[in-house]
Amino acid sequence: MHNKTLVELSQQLSSGALSSVELTQHYLDRIRQLDPQLNSFISITDELALGQAKAADERRAAGSAGPLTGIPIAHKDIFCTKGYRTSAGSKMLDNFISPYDATVVEKLNTAGTITLGKTNMDEFAMGSSNETSFYGAVKNPWNTDYVPGGSSGGSAACVAARLAPAATGTDTGGSIRQPASLCGITGLKPTYGSISRWGMIAFASSLDQAGPMTQTAEDAALLMNAMAGFDCKDSTSLNREAPNYTGELNNSLEGLRIGLPKEFFKEGLDAGVQQVIETAIKEIEGLGASVKEISLTTTELAVPAYYVIAPAEASSNLSRFDGVRYGYRCDNPTDLEDLYKRSRSEGFGEEVKRRILIGAYVLSAGFYDAYYVKAQKTRRLIKNDFDRAFTEVDVIMGPTAPSAGFALGEKADDPVSMYLSDIYTIAVNLAGLPAMSVPAGFTAGLPVGLQMIGRHFSEPRLLNIAHQFQQATDWHKQTPEAFTK
Amino acid sequence: MALDKSEVKDIAHLARIAIDEDKIPEYASSLSSILDLVEQLQSADTDNIEPMAHPLDATQRLREDAVTESNHREEYQSIAPATEDGLYLVPKVID
Repeated sequence: MHNKTLVELSQQLSSGALSSVELTQHYLDRIRQLDPQLNSFISITDELALGQAKAADERRAAGSAGPLTGIPIAHKDIFCTKGYRTSAGSKMLDNFISPYDATVVEKLNTAGTITLGKTNMDEFAMGSSNETSFYGAVKNPWNTDYVPGGSSGGSAACVAARLAPAATGTDTGGSIRQPASLCGITGLKPTYGSISRWGMIAFASSLDQAGPMTQTAEDAALLMNAMAGFDCKDSTSLNREAPNYTGELNNSLEGLRIGLPKEFFKEGLDAGVQQVIETAIKEIEGLGASVKEISLTTTELAVPAYYVIAPAEASSNLSRFDGVRYGYRCDNPTDLEDLYKRSRSEGFGEEVKRRILIGAYVLSAGFYDAYYVKAQKTRRLIKNDFDRAFTEVDVIMGPTAPSAGFALGEKADDPVSMYLSDIYTIAVNLAGLPAMSVPAGFTAGLPVGLQMIGRHFSEPRLLNIAHQFQQATDWHKQTPEAFTK
Repeated sequence: MALDKSEVKDIAHLARIAIDEDKIPEYASSLSSILDLVEQLQSADTDNIEPMAHPLDATQRLREDAVTESNHREEYQSIAPATEDGLYLVPKVID
């Protein structure tokens, strides 16, 4: 039953062929049996899951079940879960039992989903390989010598290995799309402000956005219907009515105008990835779309702008970890400054400290205009570049990542080379646009994701394109044999 | 853009992070390579461009000045490293 999509499982629950308790137990057993090879979970919440599953079955018997009632999912360990550890992949929060639920968790609980556990991630979502986690690296189920991508690497790996039908993720510079690409699953980063950030541990607040990680676009649409919507507890939540994300899935792609930025297809892109992407785009052309070359001239400015803005916001957000109110505190502090400094240096890992230091530097007196204001101006240039492109085309397509993946340890000692692996995803966060990664084929035995970028609020259209592509192909149904036979 | 050891120490103090003396050269080198990457921004022509803080240029929402939160002090302090009589404890600041 673990190869079924969320939509198929929902039908089985609804027909009575399966109970939520049976389904939940099946996934919990798989996690216990197979996850030691992947390390995709930080916490497995058996007791919570089985309690929720029992309640879901009762709710169904009472006739008040919705499409997600009784469906087990996993939450990235960045979403606060009341009464359970929420670590953000950090030693700093290893002892943090959240006193409340994140809005995303609360909304999904209300829809009736079951929490199987909390997934592994790069520490405070800072990373593209899941190697910066305090709980150890996650392995890619397609080849356990390879990284699953990051920062939502645990969520991507557990869905790819069918240890959960779906998972939540967050995306600050590609953290949903890049691991979705590397693990061969579907991931959606919505328009900035669509899903509440309340209770989602902050990295870079003007870029962070939650989204679903699933087998199919149809599953992602179903989760979006439960996750999205205005929340007064998030000061940047968009006060507009959420669309019906499943409403346009079956529309035709006739007349769709696709733009291919020439900057996404030049040197630096792996030849095998390029071939997969070109074949996938031809397939979509065959469904009625037209293709034209466009130019996004600011492409190369995105990574530098991001590595000013994201660390600046992170240094501010992470100043709350002071060893006083919650989280890690050093032993025997001699004075208040010693308490702050040692709690922070012992509690944070190397990459997090690096980014806090960069952030403190670019915000410091004398450098603020040269770095931070310059990066914010560049950010507007990047957004204007997309706005211009969207007067000519409806959707922009290209690779999600420049290669199908890299080996564990390969880039761990070279932060800049790691940063550049996010070259195609980062600009989307700076501009606040919605984008997806969809399984599009394989190269050298590893999956490759096709990235689709849309105008603000065009998620229903992106999900429609992805769904039509998945009706015509079966890349999203391929599973890593070692975990799914 | 190369940072020297004393600059790394100054930034670490600003960020309230302690760095071991023997690790400072390593930080100086990795932070400098990140700043080299960031340096590419200088090639962007940003004359007459307004800085962008929010992707949709939204501004802070205001609400009625009314009490909306209930008191969770005991719950929140139950996960604190050290508390007494409803207060958070830190090392002595004033003699």
